Amino acid sequence: MPLLRAQRDPRFDQPFVRLGGVFKFWLGQWKHPRYKFAGTLHILIFAGFILLALRAFTVLIVGVSQNFVMPGLSGRTGEIYDLVTDYAATVVFLCMVVAAGRRLIFKPARYALPAKYGKGHTADAVFLLGLIALLMVADSLFAASRSAGHLQQGQPAEALAALSLPWMLQIAIGSMPLATLRELNVGAYLVHEIAFYFLLCYRPFGIQFHVETSLFSIYFSKLERGTLKPVRWGVSDEHLDQVKSFGVKTFEDFTWKHMLDFYSCADCGRCADNCPANTVGRPLAPRFLTTKARDYVFQHYPVSGKANNGKPLIGNVYSEDEIWSCTTCGACEEECPLLVEYIDKIVDLRRGMIDDGNVPQSLQKPLKALESRGNPYGKIEKKRGDWAKTPEFLQDNKVKVLDGKNGADTLYFVDSITSYDDRMQSIGRATARILTRLGKNFGILGAAERDSGHEVRRFGEEMLFTALRDHNTEAIKASGVQRIVTADPHAFNALKHDYKDVPPVEHISQVLAREARAGNLRFNAADNWLENRDRVYAYHDPCYLGRHNQVYDDPRDVLDAIPGLHRVEMKRSRDRSFCCGGGGLMLFYEPKEEQRMGVVRVRMAAEAGANVIVTACPFCMVNVEDAIKVAGMEGKMSVIDLAEVVDQHMVCEGGPAQTEKLEAATVGG
Amino acid sequence: MEILVCARRVPDASENEIELNIAGNDIEREEFVYSVNEADNYAVEEALQIRDRVGGNVTVVTVDGEEGEEILRRELAMGANQAALVSDEAFNGSDGEGVATILKAFVQKGHYHLILTGVQADDGAAQVGGMLAAMLDYPFASLVNSISVEEGKLKVSREIEGGNKEMNEIDLPCVLSIQTGINEPRYVGMRGIRQVASVPIPTSTAADLGVDHGAVGEAAAKVKRVDYFVPAASKGAEMLHGSREENADKVLELVAAKGGLK
Repeated sequence: MPLLRAQRDPRFDQPFVRLGGVFKFWLGQWKHPRYKFAGTLHILIFAGFILLALRAFTVLIVGVSQNFVMPGLSGRTGEIYDLVTDYAATVVFLCMVVAAGRRLIFKPARYALPAKYGKGHTADAVFLLGLIALLMVADSLFAASRSAGHLQQGQPAEALAALSLPWMLQIAIGSMPLATLRELNVGAYLVHEIAFYFLLCYRPFGIQFHVETSLFSIYFSKLERGTLKPVRWGVSDEHLDQVKSFGVKTFEDFTWKHMLDFYSCADCGRCADNCPANTVGRPLAPRFLTTKARDYVFQHYPVSGKANNGKPLIGNVYSEDEIWSCTTCGACEEECPLLVEYIDKIVDLRRGMIDDGNVPQSLQKPLKALESRGNPYGKIEKKRGDWAKTPEFLQDNKVKVLDGKNGADTLYFVDSITSYDDRMQSIGRATARILTRLGKNFGILGAAERDSGHEVRRFGEEMLFTALRDHNTEAIKASGVQRIVTADPHAFNALKHDYKDVPPVEHISQVLAREARAGNLRFNAADNWLENRDRVYAYHDPCYLGRHNQVYDDPRDVLDAIPGLHRVEMKRSRDRSFCCGGGGLMLFYEPKEEQRMGVVRVRMAAEAGANVIVTACPFCMVNVEDAIKVAGMEGKMSVIDLAEVVDQHMVCEGGPAQTEKLEAATVGG
Repeated sequence: MEILVCARRVPDASENEIELNIAGNDIEREEFVYSVNEADNYAVEEALQIRDRVGGNVTVVTVDGEEGEEILRRELAMGANQAALVSDEAFNGSDGEGVATILKAFVQKGHYHLILTGVQADDGAAQVGGMLAAMLDYPFASLVNSISVEEGKLKVSREIEGGNKEMNEIDLPCVLSIQTGINEPRYVGMRGIRQVASVPIPTSTAADLGVDHGAVGEAAAKVKRVDYFVPAASKGAEMLHGSREENADKVLELVAAKGGLK
């Protein structure tokens, strides 16, 4: 019912792609094997259900018309179907036993529910498991008693699959008197039907309902990664000023698809299990965003009675810190078997808070500075290009500023942190040196560049983002470039997904991988062997390069192209990468947490046996560098950017390579 | 309650690089960006919260040129009911007493129960609030960090040395200077400012307020800025160069030696 009062959300396009999603994620259970044991159980149960659905209806009709046979299932096909379903029922029954054992005895931590959120769902889960098990036993007993009866009467009996549940039951009851068998047969039938109908009616009130709702939530799931929903679907940027209220403040500000998500969640806890904010003890776990909203729906939209949109969500259902705690890393969405969306909801809730002026003090200064100076540090615009003016750098390099006098075909979009942060400026210089040595005709916008606004948008300040985007778009167009390169995955994602009408953009790792494959990138082997002898590198996937844009292999290929470089993988890598702590405005936010995400990440690298972490994002660099100090691992662990690694190892055509000596160069050697 | 907040537009220290000009008698202002003085912003937020509790109106006033509108819009976007710009060429170069004289004239044109100022401007001398109170013959409390409204009076706490608080009762009408940290000012985004872009802001001149030209402006200023300079770095800082553990021990020792640990 609340879905009818929800906000617009156009999800009716691309039916074939969407159907493909249903086959892959619903029928194909694509995400399930990410948790091997639980995933396998789920696949078996789901497959059993699909197979048994037909049998359940057949059994129903047999109760009325004894000799009914489902069309298409007569003869040989029917016999095979019966044999398969005998096994299916058996497998589902066994899965129920195992699943109940997990719920009651092993109790995986991800199912636990903090006391403040009410009682856990174990009782509901076990009740359902019992109900399904009962259904399986009743179904098997029905078949077994019928078959046993026919045998005793000397009639042709249905063959039961060897070692299946019906087969065993048939042996157990085979010698019972015919009358008892008949009673058993009718009894099993009644139990089966009662359990079946009870289950059908009970489902909408428990997690079982996800089987049906997920069909729709998967069909209507989000198709494009890295993007954000607009403030209001169907309202263009020019008309945003006329929108009375921004973001989600009360429940009915959610879109219908987001509400559907609330119904679909099976509360499996995989999102929270992978959520870095939850891991470090921030007051956020994605699953509770959903389950709290679902509880809210059941309270405010009763089956009979008056619907009630109710109070503002922030302060009543969600806390402010909960919503600001998210780094938008996307681990939850990557994991969810039902493709529930979280980032769009978080951003919508933030938009609502921004609109109400409800913003942590620590974020207000950088936001104000972004408004007046175009960067969160409040640094002067004309110094934005100063990173390229250090004396050593100028000896061999000159970076053009594309201000109308200079032209180039490639724009290096630097973004704020690389432009202004002393340490990150070295990433900028490394990137520029690489582009120069590769013979690229490139330049920067210099003072005309503004922050890409990637985090501004993800923190819910849409109007400020629009202003930054429009300024940059104009400057990029005026520069006349045909392509954009950046070394900052956040800028990369913004230019790729949040901006419109700008030339195609690549992350530097993509450029490097292509040049390496083409043989244009050559590395000095002899030196490297000496330098890298005691170093073990681990590549850390930045969220906005990896999960949000699927660039996993390019940075690895570049590292592997360096002779003598020894690389290991962390347990959590690629699409399960663990966020370093977040970028952009997240660096200014003061979260309530037990430990830093970066520290957890650095320990993961150490566990993998690495002593150098390679990132491809300046924000990862900040977080990991700080984390190494906090963890007291200085001297044992270091961090370096991919561009810096390449810059250090690259063979320079025609002259010695002028690279910067970084701390990392002295570690481990 | 009718509340007036006196606010000022200042170069924001966190968003500007303060450098001396070549002559050395002023700071280089060409690249400056401005914002509302931080303490004044807290004063506006406090006024809004009091209004929301007990009712009434909040007016924000600033003495400035046309550029002053910029901060008035921001405060309107925050939720102030009215804004007023007090602007006249005759006001240029006024000292603290001159500004207080102008504000006094403005206050007397209206009916305010409570007048708030920030504790001081980033580039100011924390003097206007006190002078204004004296000129109006209103009671005054400075460094206020909490306010509760009672019948015909306020209960305010003031920050005193050593982080302690002092509670005072003060009769209305009165003037208070507000300390930062008294509340958490709400955020004002571009959207909020755009929504109040067409709200008219009345401007009052010296003639409108009946201010005598001879009492304000540069000619009347009894305090004049004669120089700006960057103080020379003094000695006295001791750099510790040991390992983390050694430094920690040394710091502990130094703090204990100065009586910091009991």
